[in-house]
Amino acid sequence: MPDQPSSPPAERLVARVANDRDEINAVEGRLLEALDRFQYSKASRFAVRLAVEEALTNAFRHGHRALPKATPVLLDLTVGREEVRIAVEDQGPGFDPGGVPDPTLDENLDKPAGRGLMLMRAYMARIEYNPKGNRVTLTYRRPESQ
Amino acid sequence: MASSGTRLRVKRDNDVTVVEFVDRNILDEANIQAIHDEIAAIIEAGPKPRLLISFSNVDHLSSAALGTLISINNRVKAQEGQLRLANIDPQIMEVFMITRLNRIFSIHEGVADAMGSFEK
Repeated sequence: MPDQPSSPPAERLVARVANDRDEINAVEGRLLEALDRFQYSKASRFAVRLAVEEALTNAFRHGHRALPKATPVLLDLTVGREEVRIAVEDQGPGFDPGGVPDPTLDENLDKPAGRGLMLMRAYMARIEYNPKGNRVTLTYRRPESQ
Repeated sequence: MASSGTRLRVKRDNDVTVVEFVDRNILDEANIQAIHDEIAAIIEAGPKPRLLISFSNVDHLSSAALGTLISINNRVKAQEGQLRLANIDPQIMEVFMITRLNRIFSIHEGVADAMGSFEK
């Protein structure tokens, strides 16, 4: 659906974030404020924040496994009236999203890891990786009910 | 947020250990590890532990927190104990449904309901 004439312009937030909770919270705080300004619901804010957390966790835990803790990821967020775009780029060697087993299979239910990607897929309208596999772009679409 | 100090409020109700979280958001890896270690110590303290985890203060959690809950559940089962979850926010409950973890956890609406569900 095209933006309504009275819609405010989309807000973009670009930040380099290290694996430090204070830095992550600061960026997420700005993201949540932007979501409030565009009147996204509590459920939408939950979904977007969850996706950001999971993308950052994958970047730091897997992409930056062999890199110093202070190595930052690039976070590029765009909040608009109809959709939110989240891009997370790490400095690691890349990741094959096809290689992650389905955590919802009965034989995998009691395994502690492997749910981040499926949660992002569940809440986001689109999830794309660059060819190298070190940049994920997530798109959240505002539900029609909002 | 600092990861030092307890991340849990723990009380005993008869033979059940009731655990609540200090943090509203269970996202930070260091805090999640601390939560795991604190609850693991409770489970290992005796045979057949009875553990009730209340999410009454929790607004948000990540897949890493789910992983810790699964590890806790596996430990409780290994000790022939019982684990109950209660007071889960609807949005977090949706995460349990999406991941199908509602199939492996005993989830109850409130603490009283969960307390009444423990087998003798």
